[in-house]
This record gives sequence, structure tokens and C-alpha cells, in this order.
Amino acid sequence: MALSLGAGVDAAIRSHGAETYPNECCGALIGRDGVVTAIYALPNTTEEGPRRRFLVRPSDYRDAEQRAAHAGGDLLGFYHSHPDHPARPSQYDLDHAWPFFSYVIVSVRDGVSEDMTSWRLREDRSAFDPEELTHA
Amino acid sequence: MPNTINIPTPLRPFTDKKEAVEVSGATVGELLADLTKKHDGLRKHLYTDEGKLRNFVNVYLNDEDIRYLQKEQTPVKAGDTLSIVPSVAGGVS
Repeated sequence: MALSLGAGVDAAIRSHGAETYPNECCGALIGRDGVVTAIYALPNTTEEGPRRRFLVRPSDYRDAEQRAAHAGGDLLGFYHSHPDHPARPSQYDLDHAWPFFSYVIVSVRDGVSEDMTSWRLREDRSAFDPEELTHA
Repeated sequence: MPNTINIPTPLRPFTDKKEAVEVSGATVGELLADLTKKHDGLRKHLYTDEGKLRNFVNVYLNDEDIRYLQKEQTPVKAGDTLSIVPSVAGGVS
């Protein structure tokens, strides 16, 4: 599997991660057939400490799904940042993951976005598998 | 008369890409049980190994979160619609 980021998408995710640092950012990936054509930044509504957690509440999830449909595309997944941590999924990420979505993680160190990776949940929920990130 | 369950994007591969599935039952729990009977692959994504709904799985009866009703024991009427709506969560630890 590979996820392709359309023009401006990579920069928009990095910019969102830097903007919310030292807190985590989050947002939806919208596109079609494995190509992300737009992101939809969402509020991080966690009450467990936004420096280490993010939460997209159900009303925002619904908005993202509707926005994707109105754009004639699909909801392909979500992105979030790991402030001062590597761009690797945590156990918490795994425990809360949905199947078939791409999970893009950007590492933000001292306010500067660095590595970006993408992951997919294995169907038996046992692990994430890395997904190649390409640029359309 | 059957009831309808709206399926979110990441679970549609388990329902032959259908956005909504017709189910029958007298309670929310029975409708969900009918859904997983018809589409068994959904079970592990909706329920923990202990058989409880996962905490990031939100179920609405019409527009009401079932946590504020009688949860899975909430009775349903003909024509009521259930919606499964994800919360998406994660983080560094």
C-alpha cells in the first residue's frame, strides 16, 4: 500500500504540526484512490493533555465525512503530530485505531516538523504496518 | 419493519461498501448483534475481547448518544435509525 500526498498537502500537515506545538494537531485526509487532495484541520478536543494525546470528537468526525462526500471524495484517514517524539505509532494509537484508514504522523521537534510517516492498522488489530508515503 | 444502521467509512469494507445496513431487533444491543451476525468482520473493531463496545465507538439512536439513554438495553421502535460514529484518538503515549 502507498499513500500519495497531493500538492501542498505535505506542507499543510507540517505547518499545522508546527502551529499547534507543543500540543498535538489533528485533521482529516480527504481524497480518492490513495491520493490525498486536501486536509481538513480539526480541533484537538482531548481532555487528557494535548501535549501527548489528540481526540477527534464524533461531531467533527461527521463533519469530516460530510466534507469528503461534498468534495466528491472519500475520507482516507487522519493525521496527527507527535511533539518531541518520533513519527511512530504508540500503543495508544494502536488501541484506538480504525481499520482501512491511513494514519499519518508528523514528528515535531522544538517547533519544527521533521519526519512524516503513514501507517495502517492490521486487520487483526495486532499492529500497524508502515505505508509508503509518496508525493503526487 | 427493519431498522437501519449507518456505517462509517472505515467499516464499509466489511459491509460490501454499504453505507447503511438493514437489521432487526428490539433493543440497540440486538440491532448491533444482528449487524455483526450479518458482517462478522465488524465484531473485533466494535467490541473488546470482553464483549464490551470499544470506548471510541459511539452509537447514536436517531440523534441521541446511547450512553445517555439505556446504552445497549435501549429499546428501539420501527423506523428508528442507529448510527455508528467514530471518535479518532491517539498520541505519543
